[in-house]
Amino acid sequence: MHNYFPQTDADIATMLQRVGIGSMDELFAEIPESVRLRKDYDLPSSLSETEIREFFAALGDKNKPLTCFAGAGAYDHYAPAVIAQILLRSEFYTSYTPYQPEIGQGTLQYIFEFQSMISGMTGMECTNASMYDGATATAEAMFMAVAQAKKKNKVLISATVHPNVRAVVDTYALFKGIEVSEIAEKNGVTDKADMEAQLAVGDVAGVIVSTPNFYGILEDYSGYSEAVHGSKALLIMHADPSALAVVKSPAEWGADIACGDGQPLGMPLNFGGPYVGYLSATKDLVRKLPGRIVGATHDVDGKRAFVLTLQAREQHIRREKANSNICSNQSLMALYVTIYMALMGPEGLKKVNELSYSGAHYLLDELVATGAFTPAFDQPFLKEFAVRTTLDVKKLQSKLIKKGMLGGIALGSYKKGMEDCLLFCVTEKRSKAQIDQLITIIKEEML
Amino acid sequence: MKQYDKLIFELSKKGRMGYSLPENKLPEYSFKAIPVALQRSLETGLPEVSEPEVVRHYTNISNRNFGLDTGFYPLGSCTMKYNPKINEEIAALPAFTSLHPLQPAETAQGALEVYYNLSQSLAEIAGLAAFTLNPFAGAHGELAGLMIMKQYHMKRGDLKRTKVIVPNSAHGTNPASAMVCGMDVVEVQSTPEGTIDVEALKPLLDETIAGIMMTNPNTLGIFETEILEIAGLVHAAGGLLYYDGANLNPLLGQCRPGDMGFDIMHINLHKTFSTPHGGGGPGSGPVGVAQRLVEYLPNPQIKKEGDRYFFVNGKDAIGSVSGFAGNFGVMMRAYTYILSLGKENLRQVGELATLSANYIKESLKEYYELPIKGICKHEFVFDGLADKSTGVTTLDIAKRLLDHGYHAPTIYFPMLFHQSIMIEPTETESLETMDEFIEVMKKIAIEAIEDPQTVKTAPHTTPVRRLDETTAARKPILRYVDLLNDTPES
Repeated sequence: MHNYFPQTDADIATMLQRVGIGSMDELFAEIPESVRLRKDYDLPSSLSETEIREFFAALGDKNKPLTCFAGAGAYDHYAPAVIAQILLRSEFYTSYTPYQPEIGQGTLQYIFEFQSMISGMTGMECTNASMYDGATATAEAMFMAVAQAKKKNKVLISATVHPNVRAVVDTYALFKGIEVSEIAEKNGVTDKADMEAQLAVGDVAGVIVSTPNFYGILEDYSGYSEAVHGSKALLIMHADPSALAVVKSPAEWGADIACGDGQPLGMPLNFGGPYVGYLSATKDLVRKLPGRIVGATHDVDGKRAFVLTLQAREQHIRREKANSNICSNQSLMALYVTIYMALMGPEGLKKVNELSYSGAHYLLDELVATGAFTPAFDQPFLKEFAVRTTLDVKKLQSKLIKKGMLGGIALGSYKKGMEDCLLFCVTEKRSKAQIDQLITIIKEEML
Repeated sequence: MKQYDKLIFELSKKGRMGYSLPENKLPEYSFKAIPVALQRSLETGLPEVSEPEVVRHYTNISNRNFGLDTGFYPLGSCTMKYNPKINEEIAALPAFTSLHPLQPAETAQGALEVYYNLSQSLAEIAGLAAFTLNPFAGAHGELAGLMIMKQYHMKRGDLKRTKVIVPNSAHGTNPASAMVCGMDVVEVQSTPEGTIDVEALKPLLDETIAGIMMTNPNTLGIFETEILEIAGLVHAAGGLLYYDGANLNPLLGQCRPGDMGFDIMHINLHKTFSTPHGGGGPGSGPVGVAQRLVEYLPNPQIKKEGDRYFFVNGKDAIGSVSGFAGNFGVMMRAYTYILSLGKENLRQVGELATLSANYIKESLKEYYELPIKGICKHEFVFDGLADKSTGVTTLDIAKRLLDHGYHAPTIYFPMLFHQSIMIEPTETESLETMDEFIEVMKKIAIEAIEDPQTVKTAPHTTPVRRLDETTAARKPILRYVDLLNDTPES
């Protein structure tokens, strides 16, 4: 028997006897013979642990480690060593959704802490137990707005929201039958006049903007909540929770719903996942929030305890009348960012942003100084910025990769008219020496 | 061990720190230069704690959790099988975890090969043409799968097909996914044996039906023996068949959904393919389709040309359902599992899981009411105690199990019965573990008659006892600051 299977031949005989059958095959007697699989799968034979290690080491060699100057929705921030160690506690990672709260207080308590911390970062009054990722969280925020508006069926989304988030919002909207209309961008930021014009047309349930936006720009959303609320719509703000330690929060901008991805909170890049979406809202929208929510209560002895609550919203009760089909969260990843935020605290997160800001602005100055780059927009930014270049984008990227660097993301595949643009990102993990090295390689390319 | 119930916020003291960051070598660039109007003035409320305190806090609260490594977890429909440790080691390899999702394909060939080979392996196991690994969970896979179903009809100009047939025994996510996909739900009744009533199905099959969602074996652990007839009827009516892979485990090595006539399915990697449930996620819900639906799979789609792997966006794709390409770390674990077991052992999974479920069922059927008799697959359902005279409910039994060191089975689902207890042992439990569980279940059944009060007030030995869920819902306290401001009702 394989090491994952505890049964001996004698055990199997005992069990067959209790069940009253003579062979394993009889367990499947009711399956029509024409669809019985009477052969092995066309798959490789079992590998031992040593062979597994060798196999993946060889596969890993086919990936190229790169010093990351890219962001665009996935950020290479520092992760304290503590987090990975705690996440290996199997009391956490081998548990299920805490349906039995008496033996699930560990999970319930960290989710409560997660909800508290994310609410603190966004400034909102309630947060659910987490979502799959930032993009799906934004799509669910759209559903909340449409459900709240009852008879209105249109959502406006700024052209400066990340195109990958936009793609998921578009897909969810298309199949649900919601109309999505783009708000134009102007010099890298949302065109407020265009938003107001579209609001005036009516039928708008929600408006989706982001901070920082896709280009890394910190947009000024003054007057947005008044305009959106004036049209009885909800303001939805997609936000990088790491940046929120220093930049104006969704609550301060008057947003009704905040959403986004927790990945910038020290999570590994991991080729795109698992990350963790978050979804926060004002108090009066709490019963419109999808997914799990943990609340504080007490047990029969009066001890403080935590429990999944407000379940009357959810799919297992409401079935086809539910507003969302989500029945899980990214619990372990919520634990990840909770430990991260606990370790960093308000000061650590400020420092992360300060270091990232300094590095990014230094890199921009150095790029401009080469003579081959100009800022794509004259707007305030934090850790990420777009530049135009006179160099061949493809050739520059290849050159950088050859030297072990992941330079900026080419914007041409996302935005028309930006074929000569790159989106660079600098986090606190990038040293001045690495930035200088990047500049040196670029200068070589210019020769 | 001492009782620990602090929140991290209660350890906070101004001036403590738990991070280690370098000095700023470029202090002349200060974020204070950001216009004040764009800066935050609100407090975040994050705690200030030192590193050792953080470690001890989360270690202590982990002790208040019951995981699969703690003990038997017979949670029906959730397939709580052993989570192999090599999976964790492989998923943590820096050569993979350091990859940026947008880095060029040439620099991520190893990762793309994992994605491609896992999708191909799942296609072989499912008997389908191709898989996307982008969906994040089972319910997310259902949604993506229904989008594909809808897209198929739309691309054919068959716009009136807006209804999805769902059995009344289905998981709640099935009808909810249909709703999110903008489709209407039509329920089909079950027979007294718990399977789909083919006669009740027939009149539902008209030109407005997009398809049917089925779980086979169904949520009672019963194989739908009339599946070939059902597939024939649905296809003849122009509909597609969706397979909810929640219950795939018993079929490993035995039969394939594609061969049964299913056109679309999702697989829960966190059930059948041993990846950890993580306290509610991250999971992964790959979606597989028959050949004529491959072009509709969500973006990005994986491709292989020669020895080169890469992602593309397809023009007929439903669009995107994920920011990048799914929970890659979960895929690493599932692929490790498939390679570790190999074809010889994969085929034993279904047999052993099914044998274990039947063994427990046969051992307890005198003590608990067994509404559906005969051979089950990986799970089965009791309808409460055989003797209900003392009023001990399924909830009481579940809570009493916690006192004995077991996680409770799934309770009050499926809703076909009032007192459902759904038990799924999986293939990774020893005979001794099952025998001990059986003895405890018998003991509780006897205790329910002889000392019902002890069962009705269980659990007695857990870190906390039964909770006041009513107050939690009536007066939601969802943040630490709400807890601080909460004034007890007098």
